[in-house]
Amino acid sequence: MNFWNITLSLLEGLEKTCMIFALTLVLALPLGLIISFGSMSKFKPLSYLVKTFVWIIRGVPLMLQVIILFYVPGFILGYPILSRFSSVVAAFVINYACYFSEIYRGGIESISKGQYEAGQVLGMTKTQVFFKIILMQVVKRILAPMANEVITLVKDTALARVIMIVEIIQAAQNFAGYGLMWPLFYTSVFYLAFVGILTLLFSYFEKKLDYYKS
Amino acid sequence: MSILEVKNIVKNFGKIQVLKGIDFSMEKGEVVAIIGSSGSGKTTLLRCINFLEEADKGQIFVNGQCIYDGESTEKRTPAQIREAQLNFGLVFQSFNLFPQYTALENVTLAPKLLAKERADYKENKKEILDEIEENAKALLARVGLEDRMGSYPCQLSGGQQQRVSIARALALNPKVLFFDEPTSALDPELTGEILRVIRDLANKDVTMVIVTHEIEFARNVADRIIFMADGVVLEDGTPEEVLDHPKNEKTQHFLSSLNH
Ligand SMILES: Nc1ncnc2c1ncn2[C@@H]1O[C@H](COP(=O)(O)OP(=O)(O)OP(=O)(O)O)[C@@H](O)[C@H]1O
Ligand SMILES: [Mg+2]
Repeated sequence: MNFWNITLSLLEGLEKTCMIFALTLVLALPLGLIISFGSMSKFKPLSYLVKTFVWIIRGVPLMLQVIILFYVPGFILGYPILSRFSSVVAAFVINYACYFSEIYRGGIESISKGQYEAGQVLGMTKTQVFFKIILMQVVKRILAPMANEVITLVKDTALARVIMIVEIIQAAQNFAGYGLMWPLFYTSVFYLAFVGILTLLFSYFEKKLDYYKS
Repeated sequence: MSILEVKNIVKNFGKIQVLKGIDFSMEKGEVVAIIGSSGSGKTTLLRCINFLEEADKGQIFVNGQCIYDGESTEKRTPAQIREAQLNFGLVFQSFNLFPQYTALENVTLAPKLLAKERADYKENKKEILDEIEENAKALLARVGLEDRMGSYPCQLSGGQQQRVSIARALALNPKVLFFDEPTSALDPELTGEILRVIRDLANKDVTMVIVTHEIEFARNVADRIIFMADGVVLEDGTPEEVLDHPKNEKTQHFLSSLNH
């Protein structure tokens, strides 16, 4: 068990971490937009239903949600319907989509009514107004809070180990059985690098959108 | 035949009746100024005609064709509302330019989207888009912004932004162009440039309705002045009739309050 073996094991764990991260992001970003439309719906029953759902998902610890999604169907049906990995991804997608939806909602509601009306009197359809006028402005406004959420997601992936998925922290912890503590601290190097890259990426996007003020 | 005829428009906000039956009509090429104290319903009237609010009662005709009928029980589809909307253009008090687009893009956005619905769009795509671009450039030049076409709204002064928004409204060739206090969000030294642009449009026979507090400007540019108070039209006549020989006491009161 030298430094390189251990690094290699941690990299294997990191692969799981990255997969959970990427899948969550790709699926939760659009799902969050749909949920935000639901919570802003003029049809009150729908908006209350969605808001209650968001409250529950944001209120219950993510760790519990992961456990519930994996074990509860098994208890009820007698067999698990989702693999360990899919349960984690499903729980993360639902959880993050709810957080994203609130960020989207804040962003969308912060755009002045005048922008919609200007588009409308120019004969644009609702869809055109949203995609050609509103969306870009929303993206610019929510970039900073989104960066926060995305960075939190990197570290939340460590929760996957509650259902025995060997992501990077679990991979390090496995060495504790051999009396090695340092791999656990060593993982923070990987997290820092990961978050560092994301930070650079987000500041690049921010610069890209810096050409105008709203 | 009148290019625009508005009959008995009524609008309630909750229990408050803001428009109590507005009637007026105008001919092609005519410039009508609407004046009246704050809260008299001028903005609401413009919003109802431009379908940003739905009137509760009344009718709107364009060239004799009914585009809105409050009595009709059929719900209009969004497509029908859009079609009706395209008869008019509206210039807002607060410009409402799209901040992420340049002046030129602000003007071309809607025409380009609209062009996609043309039957010959696929065949003649390039010519159509070029034509829209040329037309937009000509309009921006007309409002004195030929050298600011590539600027973003945040890089323009309030007066320049308002001129872009006028060009943007003109780009769709509205039959009637409405202005809601186009200069009241501007510093006093910038109002002149907007008033010059509007006067120039008036000279070119653009049909316009201008809500304004600039009485002297209204006198100079308008063929007719409408005075509104508490949701009704109290005066409708030439500038001399309305401003110099008002029939109604409220008009006299309003006009004298402006001079003090
Ligand atoms: N969305 C709304 N909901 C409720 N009341 C409204 C709404 N919009 C306007 N009103 C009311 O309608 C009345 C007329 O308002 P409007 O904005 O049309 O007046 P205006 O003549 O344009 O005034 P100003 O000269 O100040 O712009 C006001 O009493 C206003 O409070
Ligand atoms: Mg007003």
